[in-house]
Amino acid sequence: MTAPPQLAVTVQAEDFEVSALQRELLGGAQEEGAVACFTGYVRGANASGSLQCMELEHYPGMTERSIEGILARAATRWPLLAAKVVHRIGRLRPGDQIVWVGVASAHRDAAFSACEFIMDYLKNEAPFWKKETGSQGAAQWVDVRTDDRVRAARWDDDKPA
Amino acid sequence: MIKVLFFARVKEELDCACLDIAWQADIADLDSLQAYLCRRGGPRWQEVLNRSNMIRAINQAVANDNARIDDGDEVAFFPPVTGG
Repeated sequence: MTAPPQLAVTVQAEDFEVSALQRELLGGAQEEGAVACFTGYVRGANASGSLQCMELEHYPGMTERSIEGILARAATRWPLLAAKVVHRIGRLRPGDQIVWVGVASAHRDAAFSACEFIMDYLKNEAPFWKKETGSQGAAQWVDVRTDDRVRAARWDDDKPA
Repeated sequence: MIKVLFFARVKEELDCACLDIAWQADIADLDSLQAYLCRRGGPRWQEVLNRSNMIRAINQAVANDNARIDDGDEVAFFPPVTGG
């Protein structure tokens, strides 16, 4: 009998160390043949110009629940050994790490697909909101990108990709 | 009591993060509560809460349709999410 996958979510203001997260995800186990990781960074510019900083707000409690639900859905779709999401909140600057997704599985196809699935649904469902401050000092809430919605909809046919 | 939370742009536009509303049978579903908040808050609340892209959640789960609210529930109104 195989152990259930280890699923974890952390929402934090502090920066994170990618190599430490990847080591923790493996946790010394021997079954993993593949770990796929994604790191998202704050871009230095948006459509309306260069960015000074951004403020990330979230819904404490619901954020964690929402991402846990996404990880659980991924784990029913692919044979995962472990999956973890770390997402930052608060004030971030261009070049800062904002989100990390790590997925461990026996094989690379499941790890790649689940990592992408988790990130696509996180962008569409997890209650975070970005407010950007441009170089001129005006702060503005970020609008939803239609292609983020389209990317998540690719997984809707409910068949493992 | 119903705990009502507002986030991001909605919170700023209403200048309100959180409200405690006494539970009553005539506001015991999302549409009725929303209508009550609009009556109570006036035109600005009406304009903001009735936006077509408004997301509503009960007890930290998104409600796509009208849904029942029980005494003690947490209800939230927020704009489309932009994390990641």
